[in-house]
Amino acid sequence: MELSGGQIVVQCLKDEGVEFLFGYPGGAVLHLYDAIFHQEDVKHILVRHEQAATHAADAYARATGRPGVVLVTSGPGATNAVTGIATAYMDSIPMVIISGQVPTAVIGSDAFQEVDMVGITRPCVKHNFLVKDIKDIAETMKKAFYVATTGRSGPVVIDIPKDITDPNIKIPYNYPDAIVMRSYNPEPQADLGKVKEAVDLLLSAKRPVIYSGGGVVLGEGSAELTEFTQHLGFPTTQTLMGLGAYPATDKQSIGMLGMHGTYESNLAMHESDVIIAIGVRFDDRVTGKLAEFCPHAKIIHIDIDPASISKTVKVDIAIVGSVKPVLTEMLQLIKAHSEKNSADDLASWWARIEQWRSVNCLEFDRTTDEIKPQAVVEEVYKITKGEAYVTSDVGQHQMYAAQFYHFDKPRRWINSGGLGTMGFGLPAAIGVKLAHPEAEVVCITGEASIQMCIQELATAAQYNTPIKIINLNNRYMGMVRQWQEFDYESRYSQSYMDTIPDFVKLAEAYGHVGIRVEHPDDLQGALEKAFALKDRTVFVDVLTDRTENVYPMIEAGKGHQDMTLRVAPGTPINRELA
Amino acid sequence: MRHIISILIENEAGALSRVAGLFSARGYNIESLTVAPTEDETLSRMTIVTRGNEDVIEQITKQLNKLIDVVKLIDLAEIPHVECELMLVKVAINLESREEIKRLVDIFRGKVIDVSSNSYVIEMTGASDKLDAFIKALDTKCIIETVRSGPTSMSRGADGLHL
Ligand SMILES: Cc1ncc(C[n+]2csc(CCOP(=O)(O)OP(=O)(O)O)c2C)c(N)n1
Ligand SMILES: [Mg+2]
Repeated sequence: MELSGGQIVVQCLKDEGVEFLFGYPGGAVLHLYDAIFHQEDVKHILVRHEQAATHAADAYARATGRPGVVLVTSGPGATNAVTGIATAYMDSIPMVIISGQVPTAVIGSDAFQEVDMVGITRPCVKHNFLVKDIKDIAETMKKAFYVATTGRSGPVVIDIPKDITDPNIKIPYNYPDAIVMRSYNPEPQADLGKVKEAVDLLLSAKRPVIYSGGGVVLGEGSAELTEFTQHLGFPTTQTLMGLGAYPATDKQSIGMLGMHGTYESNLAMHESDVIIAIGVRFDDRVTGKLAEFCPHAKIIHIDIDPASISKTVKVDIAIVGSVKPVLTEMLQLIKAHSEKNSADDLASWWARIEQWRSVNCLEFDRTTDEIKPQAVVEEVYKITKGEAYVTSDVGQHQMYAAQFYHFDKPRRWINSGGLGTMGFGLPAAIGVKLAHPEAEVVCITGEASIQMCIQELATAAQYNTPIKIINLNNRYMGMVRQWQEFDYESRYSQSYMDTIPDFVKLAEAYGHVGIRVEHPDDLQGALEKAFALKDRTVFVDVLTDRTENVYPMIEAGKGHQDMTLRVAPGTPINRELA
Repeated sequence: MRHIISILIENEAGALSRVAGLFSARGYNIESLTVAPTEDETLSRMTIVTRGNEDVIEQITKQLNKLIDVVKLIDLAEIPHVECELMLVKVAINLESREEIKRLVDIFRGKVIDVSSNSYVIEMTGASDKLDAFIKALDTKCIIETVRSGPTSMSRGADGLHL
């Protein structure tokens, strides 16, 4: 079979089993788009901005575990994609991004729409390639998918100059079945000695905590984590990225940890004597002040990336390996072990945790006549029976979603944790809905974030992806306002926009349904109505309490033990429990 | 502490900038970096001299290993090794100073590889502190320019960094 470069790229995508290609055309990729025109296996999704292409593909990957694939043109198309690439990189999401480049003969001459895409993306990709010969396309594509999806996954960019895809130059096509790269060994074998050491330590623990993260989701280790946790009977806390890997509604789950995590999780971390950290990276939003992080604990860390280990927090036992096989192995050893944790120790540890839990740290004022954003998420949770895929943007609404939507399954909570990219939620919801057309997909967003990729309402209309957008409209960049309230004596510098559009009309203009909710009494009815419209995208603009803040909170520079709790509504105080 | 990190890396366009970019993005310091292809033309060998405490060096080696182009890597500071740097120095000479400079070059086992009526180019190889000592011994006023390769290094004994 003789194919042109453009046809080879498309054929490689077919051979990789790629379902959707999220993209936007332009001069440097016209040959490629012509090749796309002549086939139907790979469905192209035309977004309205390249950033959205990357977010949609990224969310497709988060929701399915399969790599998301993007096609953009050179220059501005490529630079528009960078935010999404960096977003995926920070959360280790497998993606392949194909960017057009100016013809090889003019690279380096500041040609029209030329940017050094390989140079620009170098710090925010797992790897990138510039293809300089048509003969290299197939192998490069294979390598890109291999690197993106193995080991600690991540985005890979392939930059392809226009002349390489010339329809008049054809060569025989041959897609490699497998690839070996001598410089890349993605699946490290865990050191059995360390695994045994870790088991001994775990079984001697008096106040253990399981701290798990996005690596468990990415490494498909959710079932293993659940069995491991339930066999041991230990409390388990999850990072923002790890929500859903362990069922949130199970009694052993003590909720999210970190800056806006639960009181019980953070204090358990603080008082723990043995912590097992699984697929996490000790992010600063999780650890709080490093010098005060888990002062009494010995720490075991399991991660596939050796560079994650002892990067910010020195650990006592490091196990480099994929969480799924490592947890399986550990559980076997634990079951065969003669020792067990002392039942008395565990019982008194749980008693202490229950005491912290009884503070009910997430509780909010339910008596006002304002709509509380937390109540909105609670209602969405009820109506969707906890089964929805929930995407979000960045801000207070993201934290309310994480705190009040209890994820019992992995890959249901889709948010930009590492980069914190506003604009992620709407295109992400489209990507998820394409992946799971039968599932309920909800985007919980804020009035500032949604405007960063609002144009994607058109994409949702074009591809008929009925999603539910729940806009927690507090008429503020709420999270910015909260920090200004805490740290800048409420000087709300630029955290407010006084020309917020009429979102109902805007949704209608794009062909969707818009609903506004202004009173608590109308909330349930409005949400029920929105979710009853199964085949429509519905924008629910909920005017929420402008003054509400996210609690509890570890303020900047403080440790886990130093949480600010809401006691009376709106009154932050520090409180030490006995 | 000073560390010498020796790397076998794919001889590909952009490989050097991946390494250099890693150091600048993560705020690691590079004292020197040398790179050239090896006898296997698909591979380059890079020598990086850097400073940092144990934790920083551990992160540097892990992050370098994570680069897809890096095939193998060794921190030579941890094992017996030899180290050698090349330096060229151009000095101004006159009738009075030329003999004395020549004598100094001989003492340091260097070579004069270019001579003009009023200048020498001196070639010298060896450990970096020897090169430092030579520069110190010269009258700085007579130095026109210097260029140093940065140290290159390999382990002692029969073991080596290869595929
Ligand atoms: C692209 C981008 N720009 C700026 C920020 C900083 N930022 C974080 S939260 C936030 C405010 C978000 O406001 P809104 O979407 O209304 O959410 P709210 O906090 O009010 O729920 C801003 C500006 C960001 N995270 N991303
Ligand atoms: Mg807002």
